[in-house]
Amino acid sequence: MSTQPDLIQLKKLATQIRRDIVRMVHACQSGHPGGSLGCADYFVALYFHILKHNSKFSMDGKGEDLFFLSNGHISPVWYSTLARAGYFEVKELSSFRMLNTRLQGHPATHEHLPGIRVASGSLGQGLSVALGAAQTKKLNKDNQLIFVLMGDGEQQEGQVWEAAMYAAHNKMDNVIATIDYNGQQIDGPVDKVLSLLDLKAKWEAFGWIVNEFDGNKMEDVVKGLELAKSQSGKGKPVMNLMKTAMGAGVDFMMGSHKWHGVAPNDDELKSALSQLEETIGDY
Amino acid sequence: MTKYTFTEKKDTRSGFGVGLHELGKQNGDVVALCADLTGSLKMDAFKKDFPERFFQTGIAEANMIGLAAGMTIGGKIPFTGTFANFSTGRVYDQIRQSVAYSGKNVKICASHAGVTLGEDGATHQILEDIGMMKMLPGMTVIVPCDYSQTKAATIALGSHIGPAYLRFGRPSWPIFTADRPFVIGKADKMIEGKDVSIFACGHLVWQAIEAEVKLAAQGISAEVINIHTIKPIDVPAILESVQKTKCAVTCEEHQINGGLGESVAQVLSRFFPAPIEMVAVNDSFGESGTPAQLLKKYGLGPDNIVEAAQKAIQRKK
Repeated sequence: MSTQPDLIQLKKLATQIRRDIVRMVHACQSGHPGGSLGCADYFVALYFHILKHNSKFSMDGKGEDLFFLSNGHISPVWYSTLARAGYFEVKELSSFRMLNTRLQGHPATHEHLPGIRVASGSLGQGLSVALGAAQTKKLNKDNQLIFVLMGDGEQQEGQVWEAAMYAAHNKMDNVIATIDYNGQQIDGPVDKVLSLLDLKAKWEAFGWIVNEFDGNKMEDVVKGLELAKSQSGKGKPVMNLMKTAMGAGVDFMMGSHKWHGVAPNDDELKSALSQLEETIGDY
Repeated sequence: MTKYTFTEKKDTRSGFGVGLHELGKQNGDVVALCADLTGSLKMDAFKKDFPERFFQTGIAEANMIGLAAGMTIGGKIPFTGTFANFSTGRVYDQIRQSVAYSGKNVKICASHAGVTLGEDGATHQILEDIGMMKMLPGMTVIVPCDYSQTKAATIALGSHIGPAYLRFGRPSWPIFTADRPFVIGKADKMIEGKDVSIFACGHLVWQAIEAEVKLAAQGISAEVINIHTIKPIDVPAILESVQKTKCAVTCEEHQINGGLGESVAQVLSRFFPAPIEMVAVNDSFGESGTPAQLLKKYGLGPDNIVEAAQKAIQRKK
């Protein structure tokens, strides 16, 4: 990837991926549009600018950066990104959540979809797996990085904090984690369900370098991830608290937990697509 | 007179420790993870000689399983070590999603299984782990019977591809398989007989061997088969034996629900219905005591096997 990001192109990709997301969840009338839309900019910045990766997929991923998705329910944004990045044909997006698909409701390796290295969906496990892969990179003297995305509601899982302790203790400085900090979870605002209180202070207390950026401004996402990359290799794991709006890009879905796991009907799809220009071409 | 004798007793967990160390020498991709029980799991030798491949996770078993799953990405072969309770029940969802469903080459090695853990009591004496692990699609489940077989099973797992659960224990136990071959999935017929087939795993293989002597004294000819691999279970070996003897007894240090007995019963009911009696813990938790006291109290001794064999034979008529 070039060192200078083409922000216009990245934004176009993000808009197209948002179209893909709402079309995918509409087609099967299930899935999780809210978090997927909120993280579209992150996925685009990651796969089309930050990651050194090979779309000719190998499970072992030697010599390339690897990405793990812990909050697997936002699979639509990942599938669309992987397809748009050339891991598989975009037309396969139409099979999302359908019988015999490789695009399972939550990501899985079982059907051998290129780009996926571990199943996720049951929350709290992705950071541990990412740390394992990072540990193997160190053993293999492979200097590439491990990226992992978690949800903010997911921070309520105890395993996250087991992994947090392990990473700092073992100086896992080849790991760049990000939390989709949209403040929403299924039952309502995170602060109402089970407050995270000062999440930045918590991760800092666990020994991580903590950054904050706006996850729905492409410039900020790119800069934030570039900063995180520059902080790698210095003896500490890196955490990005990425502020996003659940449902970003579709006005009636934005900022509410109501669209966490609900698909739009025909009228809502029409309204959503009217707000998202077809920039690259629909699948 | 028994066909098997022993001159030495050792704990099966020491067989794991020696096997793991041997694997460490053989294969540079073998890594070991332990959740604060290095001494109990006998992983010290591996840790000492391969410190860069040994990972102390602290008392954080869920993270340990996740780490192990991730370490396979890039070609490592992780062996996790903790007590059987914390290797299974505590981390079932982590094993299910990150290891089994994801098809990761992780070896979950579990000590202190069953009531022979002894004095620590029921919190630690897991009797449900075989059932939990064999239910997972693609999971291989191995329950070796002595020090030698645990060592052999550990080494065999180094070249086995796919998720596996290896269950062993704490007490000092007779060593009697030193000169016997070990192949994953291949049952080991230890004693030929014609009246009843006794299928056993783990520590209860020795109990079955002792029971065979008692049965022989009563004029009953028992066949003793060591089913060290619960999954995939050796269907031909079970059928071949029961087609000859026409009845079966299963013996295990596990709940009657979900263990070896249930697996053997499934094979027989599907392919060759025959009377079957089960020596196992009958839907209860364990408690504190010495291993010998607990085996007796929970009905897992040689006399219980003899009684079960007599019952099974009676039911043939």
